[in-house]
Amino acid sequence: MIAESGHYALVLALGLALIQSVVPLIGARLHDTALMNVARSTALAQLLFVGASFMALVMLHVSSDFSVANVYENSHSMKPLLYKITGVWGNHEGSMLLWVSILALFGGLVAAFGNNLPLSLRAHVLSVQGWIASAFYLFILMTSNPFLRITSPPLEGRDLNPVLQDIGLAVHPPMLYLGYVGFSISFSFAIAALMEGRIDAAWARWVRPWTLVAWIFLTLGIAMGSYWAYYELGWGGWWFWDPVENASLMPWLAGTALLHSALVMEKRNALKVWTILLSILTFSLSLLGTFLVRSGVITSVHAFATDPTRGVFILLILCLFIGGSLALFAGRATSLKQGGLFAPISREGALVLNNLLLTVACAVVLFGTLYPLAMEMLADFKMSVGAPFYNLTFAPLFALLLFAVPFGPMLAWKRGDLLGVTQRLLAAGVASLVAIAIAWAWARGGSALAPLAIGLGVFVIAGAVTDIVERTGLVRLPFATVLNRARGLPRSAWGTTLAHAGLGVALIGIVCETTWNSEYIATMKQSDVAHVAGYDVKLDRLFQRQGPNYREMIAEFNVSRDGETLSMMTPSKRSFTTRGSSTTEAALLTRGASQLYVSLGDATAEGAIAVRIYYKPMVLLIWWGPVLMAFGGVLSLSDRRLRVGAPKPARAKQRLQPAE
Amino acid sequence: MTLWFVFALMTVAAIFAVLLPLGRSGAAQSQGSEIAVYKDQLAEIERDLGTGLIAAPEAEAARVEISRRLLAAASEPAMAPKSSLKWRRAAAVLALTGLPMVAIGVYMPLGSPRLQDFPLAQRERGSGSGVAQSLENLVVQVEQHLEKNPTDGRGWNVLAPVLERLGRFDDAVRAYRNSLTYNGESAERRSDLGEALSAAAGGVVTAEAKAEFERAHALDADDPKANYFLGLAAEQDGRKDDAANIWRALLAKAPADAPWRSLVQSSLARVGGGTVPALSDETIAASRDMAEGDRNAMVRGMVERLATRLKQNGDDVEGWLRLVRAYLVMGDRGKAVGASADARQAVAGDAERLRQLNEGLKTLGLDG
Repeated sequence: MIAESGHYALVLALGLALIQSVVPLIGARLHDTALMNVARSTALAQLLFVGASFMALVMLHVSSDFSVANVYENSHSMKPLLYKITGVWGNHEGSMLLWVSILALFGGLVAAFGNNLPLSLRAHVLSVQGWIASAFYLFILMTSNPFLRITSPPLEGRDLNPVLQDIGLAVHPPMLYLGYVGFSISFSFAIAALMEGRIDAAWARWVRPWTLVAWIFLTLGIAMGSYWAYYELGWGGWWFWDPVENASLMPWLAGTALLHSALVMEKRNALKVWTILLSILTFSLSLLGTFLVRSGVITSVHAFATDPTRGVFILLILCLFIGGSLALFAGRATSLKQGGLFAPISREGALVLNNLLLTVACAVVLFGTLYPLAMEMLADFKMSVGAPFYNLTFAPLFALLLFAVPFGPMLAWKRGDLLGVTQRLLAAGVASLVAIAIAWAWARGGSALAPLAIGLGVFVIAGAVTDIVERTGLVRLPFATVLNRARGLPRSAWGTTLAHAGLGVALIGIVCETTWNSEYIATMKQSDVAHVAGYDVKLDRLFQRQGPNYREMIAEFNVSRDGETLSMMTPSKRSFTTRGSSTTEAALLTRGASQLYVSLGDATAEGAIAVRIYYKPMVLLIWWGPVLMAFGGVLSLSDRRLRVGAPKPARAKQRLQPAE
Repeated sequence: MTLWFVFALMTVAAIFAVLLPLGRSGAAQSQGSEIAVYKDQLAEIERDLGTGLIAAPEAEAARVEISRRLLAAASEPAMAPKSSLKWRRAAAVLALTGLPMVAIGVYMPLGSPRLQDFPLAQRERGSGSGVAQSLENLVVQVEQHLEKNPTDGRGWNVLAPVLERLGRFDDAVRAYRNSLTYNGESAERRSDLGEALSAAAGGVVTAEAKAEFERAHALDADDPKANYFLGLAAEQDGRKDDAANIWRALLAKAPADAPWRSLVQSSLARVGGGTVPALSDETIAASRDMAEGDRNAMVRGMVERLATRLKQNGDDVEGWLRLVRAYLVMGDRGKAVGASADARQAVAGDAERLRQLNEGLKTLGLDG
């Protein structure tokens, strides 16, 4: 009954989505409030039904109901409860259901909290959401239905891919999907604006919180995925430039550009057409990512199953939405009113530069992702585009971008004073030079560029701090005034500072890790000692243990430095019987921002085992950076100006006036 | 019946969600407008000016610009809300008829409303745990016992072949090694270990496995398993004559009722070892007087008949496995792979059969 109810709820959600995609549009044409309001109630009801459907699938997985094919293929009765739940989206069908659930969640949020939107805009936005939802419900029901049944249920399931049996699966896909799908809202806003033929500064204000939410989740999702790959795959790598990672990076780059261009539109009513285009492109890249990952064009841990009909169906959706939206854009863009003017050296100019660099970087990644695929399909020629390509193209672009980052927020709107800003950034420049000098003196080996890159990272952080110091008048004004100004500073300003500083932090982590990591690979017997970066790692013993649905071989290492025991590290190798495969569980020892990383290879007959030990200096900064950026995003989101449905602050205005 | 009742309730709820706003026509909706945003922006400028974040001239410029936008927005003719009863009725009809029709139309071909849920708890109360389940439990128990008493050689001896049959070759290798350590050397154990090693390597007698068989052979020159696999190693190395010699010698010494006779005979036939004495297998006995070409033709004919039969009725998992095995024995790996792909396609609709097939194929060393 749970299985069939869940199935039926999904079908009803399709019906509601179809109504939602037509009725409100008619209402908007006729200026009929009631018809327009249908969008709202159907969006909420859709959320209810998809949510019920998703919950049904979760319950089926938890109760190990193998009469459902999806549960049989991806679950096992002895799997721990957490993985029974996360296993719901650890497979193609379930992850698509999560995708539409999140789509419905965003639709529901717009319906519930979109009171500050004009009625017709909300109707249009929810209508477009209805189109997207309908297409994906059909995709799920026709090609990847998670509720198909087996008449004679097998006794035991086939278990989840062991690599996915990790806490990472609980966090990474939902975060990433919240990001991907969140951009559907800015897409819907863009299409709605094009259909209504009305785009102005207010539009940017309304879209901004949604874009920001999507961006925050995407940032965290990518960072989480990278950390997961780092500790689970056992090679200590955190970014491989593989197509699936690129598929998530591209919407992030476009989304970041969108966030910045929407700012220009909100403040100055300029860059309107460009912002609309970016909204469309960002979601298109999200869809492209979904297509690349889900169609089986790319084989990786993410491609759970390959099935040509699915690929064709997603390709169809892709063409329909990307082609359709770009056609609409081409038809309508010329009729949009152009906005304010500005000098090249100004905040707007800086943001245009930011957009230019980000989109070119995005195009580079797109090229690097699709070119090998195209070559393979057209010329039957296998090639891979890896780190060397991106080091030559993506890295210089980003270095340029990072160098420009501190200047942007300090330039004035309309007409900026570059010389003045440079003078004010002098302190940051000095800090960066000092950092370069120190790094040079300390560095043993590695690239000559590394200290320069560290200097750049320090410059970005110091520049972000300088901005706040300047705005609050710290150093040159009395403390009480500074406090007052700091309090008056919009939270989005703090958000900008943190997000920009996060970039610098991540850069320093990346440079330190790639330049100065040390590794030790050998076969170790009991009581063997490995010396890595000043640490002595001794293999104490090797033993077997039975887990809930696997057996694991555990190695116990005693880590010491200068004769003083620091900790015990226990990496393991798990072998999963049902799937007949094994995973490596690396052990991590965190020392400040640096980590010692131990993972196991194969055991030999003589009781020895292959061991890989890495010392990764400052590696955690790579993920602290994005977390800082996301936190900056949250601060910016909590800014009073962006609070959804904020009342006009008439009282605040009166209270603040006497302060001058 | 309850299921249909639940479906009906859900449908009614969905229809209600569409009808609800259509009914509440008159209520004035609070809605946002550009004006609110611009007023907000003006207030923000005052605030920034108040805390000294921007200078007065900048504030003035911004104020002018926003005021211009505000005026433009305010001067736009407000859309008077209209109500068109005709369209509302159409929407209501759409909800009342279209929604149930879409729901039933999509659900009926896809769903299985007559199938009950079948959660694990219910299954354990019901028909009792299956054989496969209990075997696995036993294995786990023995493994746990050996975890505590790793020197129990007899335990390893019992566990190893079971693990091998379950397809856990790597664990079987480990178990055989332990058995050797705690039970002492024997030709039989050495060759069992070798067999597990080659099973783990997908049927290839690796150098490691071959070393084990050689040790077994040194311990007991007549050990049949060691001899058979040494022959297989020779065949895989491309030394067909050596393989034939080893197997011929093995058959010559073998007791007439040895269960592995037919295996060795068919292996010998594969490397072209000629006729062999004392054939016990019926099929090959019948072909005793045939020339080699004729015999091969007979075997081919049987295999082809089997293939044709399976093409017409693909439900027979055992038959498919026999066919794949036959191709493997005939040394035609390409055809074997093709047949296993056909088999997968034929039984794809039935998960239980597919599982049996996959297990069977795995034991044949054809992927998993």
